[in-house]
Amino acid sequence: MLYVAIPPLLPVIGLLVLPLVLPSYWQKVLIATSIFALLAMSWDFLSSVGMVSLGQALFFGVGAYCSGSLDHYLGLPIWITIPLGTVLGGALCTVLLLPVLRLRGIYFAMVTLVLPLMFERIVEATRILGGTEGLTGLKSFPNDWVELYVIGIVVLVALFGFRRLMSTDFGLVLKAIRDNDRSVMSGGINIYAMKAKALFIAGCTGAFCGAYMTHVYMFVGMPAFALDYSILPLASAVVGGMGTFAGSLMGAFILVPLSEALRGVGGLRTVIYALSLVVFIVALPEGIFHYVQRKYHQIERWVKVD
Amino acid sequence: MSEPVHTESEAPLLSVEKLDKSFGGVHAVVNVDFKLKQGELLGIIGPNGSGKTTLVNLITGFVKPDSGAVLYRGRNITGWAPYRIAGLGIARTFQMVRPFGELPAFKNLIIPLYSPRVKKLSGGRYGDRDSVAKDLLEEVGFERDSSVTFKAAGSLPHGYLKRLELAKCLALRADLIILDELFSGLSIAELAGILPIIEKLMVEGKTIIMIEHRLRELFRIAHRVVVLNFGCVIGEGNPADVMESDEVKKAYLGTE
Ligand SMILES: Nc1ncnc2c1ncn2[C@@H]1O[C@H](COP(=O)(O)OP(=O)(O)OP(=O)(O)O)[C@@H](O)[C@H]1O
Ligand SMILES: [Mg+2]
Repeated sequence: MLYVAIPPLLPVIGLLVLPLVLPSYWQKVLIATSIFALLAMSWDFLSSVGMVSLGQALFFGVGAYCSGSLDHYLGLPIWITIPLGTVLGGALCTVLLLPVLRLRGIYFAMVTLVLPLMFERIVEATRILGGTEGLTGLKSFPNDWVELYVIGIVVLVALFGFRRLMSTDFGLVLKAIRDNDRSVMSGGINIYAMKAKALFIAGCTGAFCGAYMTHVYMFVGMPAFALDYSILPLASAVVGGMGTFAGSLMGAFILVPLSEALRGVGGLRTVIYALSLVVFIVALPEGIFHYVQRKYHQIERWVKVD
Repeated sequence: MSEPVHTESEAPLLSVEKLDKSFGGVHAVVNVDFKLKQGELLGIIGPNGSGKTTLVNLITGFVKPDSGAVLYRGRNITGWAPYRIAGLGIARTFQMVRPFGELPAFKNLIIPLYSPRVKKLSGGRYGDRDSVAKDLLEEVGFERDSSVTFKAAGSLPHGYLKRLELAKCLALRADLIILDELFSGLSIAELAGILPIIEKLMVEGKTIIMIEHRLRELFRIAHRVVVLNFGCVIGEGNPADVMESDEVKKAYLGTE
């Protein structure tokens, strides 16, 4: 019994206890880590439908500007701007990407990579939404605990939600689209409608991250479209192990704190960071989660099953 | 085989009108024209590369014709997306069987069972798709509750994969079923197992198009055959007569 119950309990305990024990600097790192974990899950979800995205920054940025604008221009309270920014951001991203849903593989990836960079330049050139200064003086969370537990709980909901979703018939059809889209079409299913739904779910997940961080920083500006939000989630999902969502979480919880810990090293930080990425991928190409899972299943033989 | 019941005035279920398709320099389908009655089993034969699969792709929307039209129950469906055509009740199998390998066999049927067509036909509810899927597999000859039903589709023997393809068409509750070389690669024993299933579909009144290279088995069940060569119809009629034509003999002797 315990054998089955322990693995899902680990992230629950981790995310609920860590805020209590971490010093305040590392609490901020925990928030950043959780954000990248969510973006990685959003990436992992899209990739399991066969849509390889290089632009989680698009979701993040659009969500960030949505909630920022709702606060700045309409003065809405935070408990409305974040949910509304999430849904609005997800919907906007879906609409933006609708025309390229038919593109596959690298072509879809290129478009998602370029869009956030384009938006950054649009904001700069047209000075809309605060231009280069961004929107400042936005509302913050009432206190650090709310801030920490909101993101912790959302990460857990996303983790178990995505895993659950992929085991339903809806998830099965999504995975089938990646494996053999012609066969799915001949089954009378509109694969573009299915992909759009998947995009909306992934978009909302990413947009939530942006909407949330807007109120953590009390600011939204061009950095919301930064390339980091696209690359690091991808790295987390790959290092952690694709297609499991738990892998994305693990990957983020290794890579982001590692990056923080290396701050003390100075100039060589990026080199060491890149090297460790390479080591992970070469040593465990299946991803850390799959490796740990396999080892854990081997223990089973030593445990008495009752 | 008994002739399908029909009257002179009855409108055809499917009419293919002057379909034409080229791929670059290859004229794959040339001005093909034929009609299909409700309940009929039409065989389409022809040497390799004669355009049979392309014709299926044109009817099911996977390839758009350069000219010509496809009418189903009198409705022009030319250029429709494949999922919409499938939604009308036109199901097809693929020459290259590619199941969802890691999924258990019965889970492969969840995909057509998830379609809006099946939802509509079952009165807006999907019900328990897993049990419907298992029933369907039993219909195509998977033994009830046998382990094959639960095995990963990727590990199934060829004969079972072909049955699975057939079950996908049944899952869609199709009225017109198009089978692209269903018999290829099957042993005599496997064939003997699958033929009765097709005969049963005929009794149920399904309309069927079979692309086949296994002529002997096809001729046992087909009402009519169309012979293609280099994309052109070079013969049409009941199986025995068609093979008497010199042009058909030449096409077959010339390439096989
Ligand atoms: N998508 C495509 N692009 C280019 N050429 C194609 C395409 N599909 C088919 N062709 C060409 O069209 C011709 C007809 O091919 P098709 O697959 O329809 O033949 P077939 O009768 O099904 O052959 P077989 O008996 O080998 O299955 C061939 O010359 C083929 O190379
Ligand atoms: Mg063919």
